Amino acid sequence: MKAFIYQRADSAAHAAAAAVKPGAKIIAGGTNLLDLMKLQVETPSQLVDINALPLDKIEETPDGGLRVGALVRNSDLAADPRVRRRYGVLSRALLAGASAQLRNKATTGGNLLQRTRCYYFYDVTKPCNKRNPGSGCAALAGFNRIHAILGTSDHCIATHPSDMAVAMRALDAKVETVNHEGEARVIPIAEFHRLPGKTPEIETSLKSGEIITAVTLPPPPPGVQLYRKVRDRASYAFALVSVAAIVDSSRGRISSARLAFGGLAHKPWRVAQAEEKLANTSANASAFNVAANAVLDGARGFGGNDFKLPLTRRTLHAVLAEITRT
Amino acid sequence: MHEDKPITIEITRRTVIETGTTALLLTTLPRAALGAGPLDDTGLPPPPVTVALQINGHSHSLTLDPRTTLLDALREHLPLTGSKKGCDHGQCGACTVLIEGRRINSCLTLAVMHDGQSVTTVEGLAEGDNLHPLQAAFVEHDGFQCGYCTSGQICSAIGMLAESRTGMPSYVTEDLAQPQPELTDIEIRERMSGNICRCAAYPNIVAAIKQAAGMPT
Repeated sequence: MKAFIYQRADSAAHAAAAAVKPGAKIIAGGTNLLDLMKLQVETPSQLVDINALPLDKIEETPDGGLRVGALVRNSDLAADPRVRRRYGVLSRALLAGASAQLRNKATTGGNLLQRTRCYYFYDVTKPCNKRNPGSGCAALAGFNRIHAILGTSDHCIATHPSDMAVAMRALDAKVETVNHEGEARVIPIAEFHRLPGKTPEIETSLKSGEIITAVTLPPPPPGVQLYRKVRDRASYAFALVSVAAIVDSSRGRISSARLAFGGLAHKPWRVAQAEEKLANTSANASAFNVAANAVLDGARGFGGNDFKLPLTRRTLHAVLAEITRT
Repeated sequence: MHEDKPITIEITRRTVIETGTTALLLTTLPRAALGAGPLDDTGLPPPPVTVALQINGHSHSLTLDPRTTLLDALREHLPLTGSKKGCDHGQCGACTVLIEGRRINSCLTLAVMHDGQSVTTVEGLAEGDNLHPLQAAFVEHDGFQCGYCTSGQICSAIGMLAESRTGMPSYVTEDLAQPQPELTDIEIRERMSGNICRCAAYPNIVAAIKQAAGMPT
């Protein structure tokens, strides 16, 4: 691990002011950052510890939603009775991620900011445009079983590894931030994570010196919520494909649907057209197929991950069949 | 370093092994390689930090390189080698300890981030010669083979049972709205998935945990 100066922030503004310095990194749970620092994928010269900030509360909002502080631990968010009752898809997605030990440490803000688990991003001896811009992408012609099939570029085919963010995408969550000048901003989760394009090293719309203070959840939309994760092991593995679904249906007729996907792209993937095609239709295989076609529009495999195209289709079928069964 | 007890020097199997290994390294490595810290090629070490920890009921004040993980602080700066280093990347769970009663991977956190907090390691579980119920259950059910993962398994199980008592659900909990999900074999296996056992003593680990939880085994 490279040497760094350690400091503790006593306010969000102080943390943002410290984070604006070149080489500075915020540390909260640290479960991803320290892992990457040990491998020298991340080499901050300053670590700003924000664990003492009062950002660990889950509060009701006036409109009937919840405001989740950036430092709320993944396990506490998953276990919160309000989240379990009203945002089951979020609780389930959180519980699908990592291990209990990691969830006890990992935070809401940090989960959004975790880096890809692409093998070549982790291996400092290999080219990676995300870790070392301009060096190339070893995954394109390499082992790419876990990689993206949607929204990829010639520069990067990495996926975002979060389960939590996929559920938040289905819920239309908003990310609250503050910058080093004390200015607050609200970023819709759809605009928070970016596609790789030519700059895969820029993963979010956060600016220098801007830190996450909270995530707000709007009131839960009508319908049944479900999170389905397909992975190589039954537990403690990243998603090959995951689906966060919120579907309002009655007696086999769908009135509205929200679908967000993990494991497929550089950000949680949501296709408005797929949801529109499901609205006001009968829940049957042909309708599910039409939705799957819309989700997979423009999808392409890179050899090792070709299986993700049919897997996504089958997983979506299974999810929609289950969620509309009642 | 250890404020409450006088430091005694014991010759243990571990001391002999370490001394032997060090002697071997001294003969095979250039001096510069021994002087450099692990993976550090930046020259000067960072300014040290002072960390106060309450470990197994004892106060400790340590002066550490800020890069020191909690696991390395326990193992290398205190004589607490019960917590094991398996992968050092949060994947195996052998380093599991309890911070303020909650289980975490001690390899993926810096000691300085826990200044003023309480840490429980496997060394803090028994009361004298009386084993903690989970330790006794692991012995009774043969919940290990080589034993390397065992301290992490036991600390993790203590944390898991505490989580369960507060109503924590898991990925396999059928009804999230249920305030107190029941522990079953499948629930225990899911909740313990962060602790890998290469000897695959899993059936006996589950049995030991069930006994300690007062469930029929």
